[in-house]
Amino acid sequence: MATPVVKSRPKNLNLLTIRLPLPGIVSIFHRISGALLFLLGIPFLLAMLQGSLANAESFSHWGALLTAPLVKLVLFVLLWSFIHHFCAGIRFLLLDIHVGVKIDAARKSSLWVIVVSLFLTLVAGVMLW
Amino acid sequence: MGHSGKPIPNAGSGGDAVVNRIAVGAHYGLKDWLVQRVSAIVMAVYSVGFAVCVLPRMPYGFDSWRALFAPAWSKIAALLFIAALLVHAWIGVRDIFMDYIKPMGVRLTLQIGVILALLVYGLWAITILWSF
Repeated sequence: MATPVVKSRPKNLNLLTIRLPLPGIVSIFHRISGALLFLLGIPFLLAMLQGSLANAESFSHWGALLTAPLVKLVLFVLLWSFIHHFCAGIRFLLLDIHVGVKIDAARKSSLWVIVVSLFLTLVAGVMLW
Repeated sequence: MGHSGKPIPNAGSGGDAVVNRIAVGAHYGLKDWLVQRVSAIVMAVYSVGFAVCVLPRMPYGFDSWRALFAPAWSKIAALLFIAALLVHAWIGVRDIFMDYIKPMGVRLTLQIGVILALLVYGLWAITILWSF
């Protein structure tokens, strides 16, 4: 039997005092957006697909529903979730093949992911409003 | 690797290599790692293709929207996207549970709930796509 090494390093897991670096922010946003897409995104997507394809009445019914401000807000959050998850995912795939693993490049690409996803969400939002 | 970092007591007596193998926690196993990436690429290709083909022709009426999903290849492509989505969601949600939900009973219950929900979503998607 191997005896487990008990590490007694000091730990700081106080979320209020931890300052997350940019790649860490992209990472936790990736997780949060993924959770949102699972909880709201998938049922919403399927409900919309069903409603829009079933018949002409339900098509226009769903079209009208999507103009409600609250529904639009949810749609925006989901849109950002999708776009951020997409962009951050591409970045993670590039890191997998060792593109941009150096700290400077990783910071820069994190900032790009955040900025580009917000920008694309804004563009899509203006188009949809 | 186990995120808790705690070894399992009495985890068998099969030698050091086995004892230190803690098969819990996220990012364990090459297969899941690969499935997560392949499903991501499938979804990315479909999403970009959909955006390029569909968005420029907005807005759609009911007939033209329905015609978009009428061909068999279009239904199959959409189903492939949804299948990738469900598998991807399972691995992602499972990783989140493994990181934050420590009591085994709670975690297992949540995981079973997620699996059932994803199965329902999959069957729902099939009925939607092949109902017309």
